[in-house]
Amino acid sequence: MKLHEFQSKRLLSRFGVLVPAGRVALTPDEARYIANDLDGRGYAVKAQILAGGRGRAGGVRLVQNPGDVEAAARDLIGRRLVTEQSGPEGHPVKRVLVETALPIASTLHLSLFVDSSSAELVALASAGGDMDIEERFKRGELKLERASLGDGRTAAPDEVASLGARVGLEGAVLDAFVALVEKLRVAFIESDASLIEINPLVITDAGTLVAADAKVTIDDNALFRQQDIAAFQDEEDLDETEVSAQRRQLNYVRLDGDIGLAVNGAGLGLATLDMVRAAGGRPANFMDIRTTAKSLDVAYGFGLLLKNPAVKAILINVHGGGMQPCDTIAEGLGIAMRRTGRACPTIVRLAGKNADFARNRFANFGCNVIECPDMWSAAVRAVAAVR
Amino acid sequence: MAILLNEDTRVLCQGMTGWAGSHHTAVMIEYGTRVVAGVTPGKGGRFHLGLPVFDTVTDAMAATKANASMIFVPPDNAAKAMIEAIEAEMPLIVAITERVPVLDMLRVRDALKGSSTILVGPNSQGILAPGICKMGVMATGSERRGGIGVISRSASLTSEITQQITLAGLGQSTTVGVGGDAVHGLGMRQCFEMFLKDPQTEGIVLIGEIGGSEEEDLADFIRETRPSIPVVALIVGIHAPRERRMGHAGALNLKGRGEADAKIKALAAAGVVIASSPHLVGETIRDCLARKAA
Repeated sequence: MKLHEFQSKRLLSRFGVLVPAGRVALTPDEARYIANDLDGRGYAVKAQILAGGRGRAGGVRLVQNPGDVEAAARDLIGRRLVTEQSGPEGHPVKRVLVETALPIASTLHLSLFVDSSSAELVALASAGGDMDIEERFKRGELKLERASLGDGRTAAPDEVASLGARVGLEGAVLDAFVALVEKLRVAFIESDASLIEINPLVITDAGTLVAADAKVTIDDNALFRQQDIAAFQDEEDLDETEVSAQRRQLNYVRLDGDIGLAVNGAGLGLATLDMVRAAGGRPANFMDIRTTAKSLDVAYGFGLLLKNPAVKAILINVHGGGMQPCDTIAEGLGIAMRRTGRACPTIVRLAGKNADFARNRFANFGCNVIECPDMWSAAVRAVAAVR
Repeated sequence: MAILLNEDTRVLCQGMTGWAGSHHTAVMIEYGTRVVAGVTPGKGGRFHLGLPVFDTVTDAMAATKANASMIFVPPDNAAKAMIEAIEAEMPLIVAITERVPVLDMLRVRDALKGSSTILVGPNSQGILAPGICKMGVMATGSERRGGIGVISRSASLTSEITQQITLAGLGQSTTVGVGGDAVHGLGMRQCFEMFLKDPQTEGIVLIGEIGGSEEEDLADFIRETRPSIPVVALIVGIHAPRERRMGHAGALNLKGRGEADAKIKALAAAGVVIASSPHLVGETIRDCLARKAA
């Protein structure tokens, strides 16, 4: 679960991390009032969306007075912001964060995350944090330093001090850096984070360290024990269809093609997607039916496909297993076709447990399916059906 | 011979008395797996599916000489169950549980340091040595005893490719689901090394997907060691929708690895034969073996 910048900062400040003074505004008027309350030499007005790359996309404005804060908020709120990380459809800006500008002496990049290959918590830092960090990294101009924090349960002050020294810190600032990373480590463990990124981390004229930006991602698998953070979830930020599909044991992602895909298993689903593309087709969605899905869940999934007007044919690729035999999928399609009253050319490839039973189910429900003997011929047939 | 499992594998099930545990334990027994006990804290002394249930892994091992443990425990206690089995010096653990919190897995990996336990999973469909032992939740029926070792990150594709290998006239020495989660136990590379040491295994099939860098790490190993048996790989997710990203840390850490193209390039450069489509894996390994024999 991704947290907005303002939520990330709220969370981190609970652990003693310093963040700029500021509040969230839903309207331009509110943004001006907030700026009036802030004691600022200048202000930052920042679009709150769940994607990185805002700075380059014009989602962060630095202005001098409350009137300009209001103008910037007016321009940002309600628009869709497309960034290099948002996908082409962009994200709607519903809120802006209004903050006082910081007296910047220098900046750092700092992130904590779980490195899956070494199975440890890692802190990554570099001098000069800003929005061009990835480009500088690709050009080989960025020197990244790394420190292992083990499984994260105990402080590692020596490793962190060495990390700080390697990015050029010394004296009181180095001590502040070690203290900050320790706060972030505790925040990471106690919040079940999978990422905390502070970019830029500002070193002020006075030598204090302030998180000018913050991105926190929480491990979805741990939300069951992070109820207060789970409550941060803003339903409007999520794709409603994808969320309701999740509740029904389906991993559904809408794509822009015309072939509706239904596959049991994520790996087989990705393979099917690759084959449809290789055959010259364009999938309308990715849908992995998890083994825990029952026939009514499957019916909901097929309902999504049938209700999507872009879908001109459906491709079902099922390898029936111990938990989910083929007939569960067949029954799901039958129920969905009855409910929606829409029939659509449906290409089926059945393998594994209860394939014969599934054929009976299709017949019983009156589903007119085209069966193919293998995955590739099914993909080719589906592509032909939409031409 | 197979890897990880043999005729002497004696399985206990942690979480056997739950719904999934009961169902899959019964199916494993039907397959011929020697399941000897269950472990559910607080239910020690009872019997379930005709098997004794113990409170702890240590008690169950002492009483039944179990040498492998299956874990069906729900996500909130799965790591605790894994650590209990590791501390009891269980030689082999297969964790089926999906959605284990990643920080819990860091603790499990820490517990594995200096231990001789092999952990497979979590989020694994398990291990299948056709005709010898099934320690997992995979469907059976299309597998056949033979010489192909299968290493996979995907349960559904393993069933598919196992069937393809059988239809190509070959069989499997062992199929291993290393698990779909970012942080897990046995890695693709360690599993690969086990297959190289197994005299029954004449060829290896790798089933990889986008994310992580295990395939790239394995490619480094293959390039250095140049194994004498054929290796075929399928990497899926070439056209997967790109995940909306937050921030730069992932990109900075992975250094361009993780994408399907990067994995395919690394494996091909190491001499691995890349299956040109997911439906051609069985034929591809068959042709490689035939070329080698000729």
